[in-house]
Amino acid sequence: MRYAMLICADESAIQALSPAEAESMLGQYAKFGEEMTKRGVMQGGERLRFTTDATTVQVRDGEVITSDGPFAETKEQIGGFYLVDCRDLDEAIEIASKIPGASVGSIEVRPIWDM
Amino acid sequence: MSEPSAVGATDSDVARIVAETFRDEWGRIVATLIRQTHDWDLAEECAQDAFARALERWPGEGVPRNPGAWLTTTARNRAIDRLRRAATGASKLQEVAVTSGSDESNGQRDPATDELGLAESGVEDDRLRLIFTCCHPALAREAQVALTLRTLAGLSTTEIARAFLVPEPTMAQRLVRARRKIRNAGIPYRVPPGHLLSERTGAVLAVVYLLFNEGYSATQGAELVRAGLCTEAIRLARVLAELMPDEPEVLGLLALLLLTDARRAARVDATGDLVPLEQQDRSLWDQHSIAEGGERLDAALRLGRPGPYQIQAAIAACHARAATADATDWQEIAALYGALARMAPTSVVELNRAVAVGMADGPEAGLALVDALDRSGALSGYHLLPATRADLLRRLGRASDAAAAYREAIALTNTDAERRYLERRLVALTSRA
Repeated sequence: MRYAMLICADESAIQALSPAEAESMLGQYAKFGEEMTKRGVMQGGERLRFTTDATTVQVRDGEVITSDGPFAETKEQIGGFYLVDCRDLDEAIEIASKIPGASVGSIEVRPIWDM
Repeated sequence: MSEPSAVGATDSDVARIVAETFRDEWGRIVATLIRQTHDWDLAEECAQDAFARALERWPGEGVPRNPGAWLTTTARNRAIDRLRRAATGASKLQEVAVTSGSDESNGQRDPATDELGLAESGVEDDRLRLIFTCCHPALAREAQVALTLRTLAGLSTTEIARAFLVPEPTMAQRLVRARRKIRNAGIPYRVPPGHLLSERTGAVLAVVYLLFNEGYSATQGAELVRAGLCTEAIRLARVLAELMPDEPEVLGLLALLLLTDARRAARVDATGDLVPLEQQDRSLWDQHSIAEGGERLDAALRLGRPGPYQIQAAIAACHARAATADATDWQEIAALYGALARMAPTSVVELNRAVAVGMADGPEAGLALVDALDRSGALSGYHLLPATRADLLRRLGRASDAAAAYREAIALTNTDAERRYLERRLVALTSRA
């Protein structure tokens, strides 16, 4: 089964991290990435820039409507994601619990809809 | 079952046997078919078809010697038939053929016995797989409950909807969503491995306990249907105890349910009013349930790993052992609540401990605990807090304080039976003063 793991956290808290704290966080992510690659479940993943850099695009009546910012203003924002391929939801939950962001924010585990 | 040779049985005999077999076998058949087909809807539909066919054929052909095996085989053949007819079923059909001869957890099954669905331990594993899957933490509690009642206990959607007082389409939708999530999210059909087992067992026990309480707390309205939930909960707890005989909390829960259910007949009077424990007619208590509950509790305690359900069962056993209300060993009960409060520190447990301490060490000691709870604000709005306070104040002779607390409790309660009970206490208090 393939799952997307969406890492949700409060962006302002991440922006408020000291350089040392930010470096430690990146180190934890690097370690997680290595471990999961070695385990053979990691298919990809990216960190996303903050929602202040987001652009939302909609098409209504053939017209492209572009606006600044994320689709919805929420308390937590998606800051990155992983794509993993593992046995079942129990393994996915176990992997999600190891993502560093799980300890400060939340991880939304979404099965991939195979088309 | 009492049919030595069922050939020539009347239609009503057959109907009775089918109904009994349904209660005993439904969960097993569905659980096995889900493992073999990975398709929850198909499994339920084919199980239903098999029972319908039994009603058609058994009156003429006689009841087979092993009705459960007949039904399992019929249901499985029906599943293979349906998969064969569905063009997309080719790979699934392969799986049924393959999985019916092997098993992921123990590979040493005899394909011949399995063909008839007779590999007893394997079949029982399936029921355990089923309940753990129904109670997976990725499903909402209400979905866990509904799914357990439907797939394992075999209650109809109508019955479940009535028991939980929701419209039938709502319940049907809830079941559809839960089955869809199991399939789409990849919730595994298995008994969780060791490191997850105790946490997941907790969820299973919580579902069974909730079922029981839904039935037990019902005193009005759809009473009969809801009382049936107690029976179902006890039946499920028995299955779990049979399947996990080394899990003390499983035995503890079964003991607790039996000991609590033993008081059912004495709990409500002829007019439907609640009768408090100390005023119950103890001759109405079901001694058979009490004896079995006591045995189950002893078996649990012998395993040497106490837990909240075992302690609650021990408290229920203390009440059950007392020949009269006055003979209740309140010291023991207060000590047990103390142990429970350390293990599961909730405000409701603390309130119960206050009641027990009030009986063991006098109302003053109980009142001190209730006042501390009151100050914490954790139970604000819960009618049993002022009701308990009122009772302790009454025993201390502080009639006007007690009356005020009863009035507070009456304003907060939301069932008629409890309101009438509290009003009677208030009247008794003011007429004596």
